[in-house]
Amino acid sequence: MSFLDLDEFLFEVAEAVELVCSPLADGKEYPSGVDLCLIEGAVCNEDNLELARRIRARTRLVVSFGDCAVTGNVPALRNVLGAGNAADVLQCAYVEHAAPGGAVPPPDGIVPALLPRVLPLHAVIPVDHYLPGCPPSASRIKAFLAPLLAGGAPRLEGEQLKFG
Amino acid sequence: MATAAKTLLIDGKPVSAEAGTSLLQAARECGARIPTLCHLEGVDDMGACRLCLVEVKGSAKLLPACTTRVHEGMEVTTDSERLRRYRRMILELLFAERNHVCAVCVANGNCELQTLAYEAGMDHVRFAYTSPAWGVDLTHPTLGMDHNRCILCTRCVRACWDIEGAGTKSVAGRGAQSKIINDLNAPWGESESCTSCGKCVLSCPTGALFHQGVTVGESVRDRAKLEYIVNAREKKQWLVSG
Repeated sequence: MSFLDLDEFLFEVAEAVELVCSPLADGKEYPSGVDLCLIEGAVCNEDNLELARRIRARTRLVVSFGDCAVTGNVPALRNVLGAGNAADVLQCAYVEHAAPGGAVPPPDGIVPALLPRVLPLHAVIPVDHYLPGCPPSASRIKAFLAPLLAGGAPRLEGEQLKFG
Repeated sequence: MATAAKTLLIDGKPVSAEAGTSLLQAARECGARIPTLCHLEGVDDMGACRLCLVEVKGSAKLLPACTTRVHEGMEVTTDSERLRRYRRMILELLFAERNHVCAVCVANGNCELQTLAYEAGMDHVRFAYTSPAWGVDLTHPTLGMDHNRCILCTRCVRACWDIEGAGTKSVAGRGAQSKIINDLNAPWGESESCTSCGKCVLSCPTGALFHQGVTVGESVRDRAKLEYIVNAREKKQWLVSG
């Protein structure tokens, strides 16, 4: 949503890039030979992990986008529950806080299995650039993207790197 | 009797400082900006956080500027590639050691750890987060302590003993298991010595100590208040004559 706050800069982005994959695009398969991918969200489950690895293999520049990807942030709070937290979290979400008769989804491959620990993106794949913030403000995203679209290297510093 | 002055070089600049002055104070007076977390104006330094490490010619080890005194002929470097590397590493280790989740912290935007991290260019933490399970003590009627946010700088302990004189707060345990306690590890609300003065909250650099019911926007800390109290006492401004 913070990305949409870029307002008219979105036109410049649209001019400069060909959007090949996004949660909002029709094609769900991640293509090969991608120049740049902004990945948001922590690595929480098997699907996240698999997608991160596929993106890394098919992308030149990977950006850890937002505090969840950079630090684990709120999704990683379940890590403090220790070993076995995945089972506890599912029990809490699907049984304790569900309508009567709720049940933990069976391990049939439809609901991806939770990883034992939620991890920041760079803990599972090499990351080229980091864009922290919860969410990163539009001005910060613009400061990051503008030099990149112009063919240079992004360089955020000072308050542009503030977590939270 | 005049105090003996020492002359030394700080970042190549000749500086004169009274004997007994800390390198940190001498460096700040000549305009050098050394990052600190455990230093607090008004209480004694203890060199806990190591962020103020500086290079001193002739010493293979880096020395904490806050607890090192000026010497005649010292040559000090307060900023270098090596120092920046260590300082960033210290900040990353602090973030990895407990649960510093800025997005959901009461001190977001008013936190010295958060500010120093971005000033040091910390865009991510290279070390694995340990995600320990520390509790939150909300037994006190108005104050609270979240051990997840604590960096063990002991500023609250020193403010409690040296400024308030209550001696409620201490450190228990060893290493990463160290913990700020009240009295002999009593729940804060059951402490018999706490005066509820709130100086610990004023002194805390992170969101570990807070006033209950205060929003993030309201949690700006006026550290100058502590310095004001110490100064007024030392200069005996509050003594009524006659």
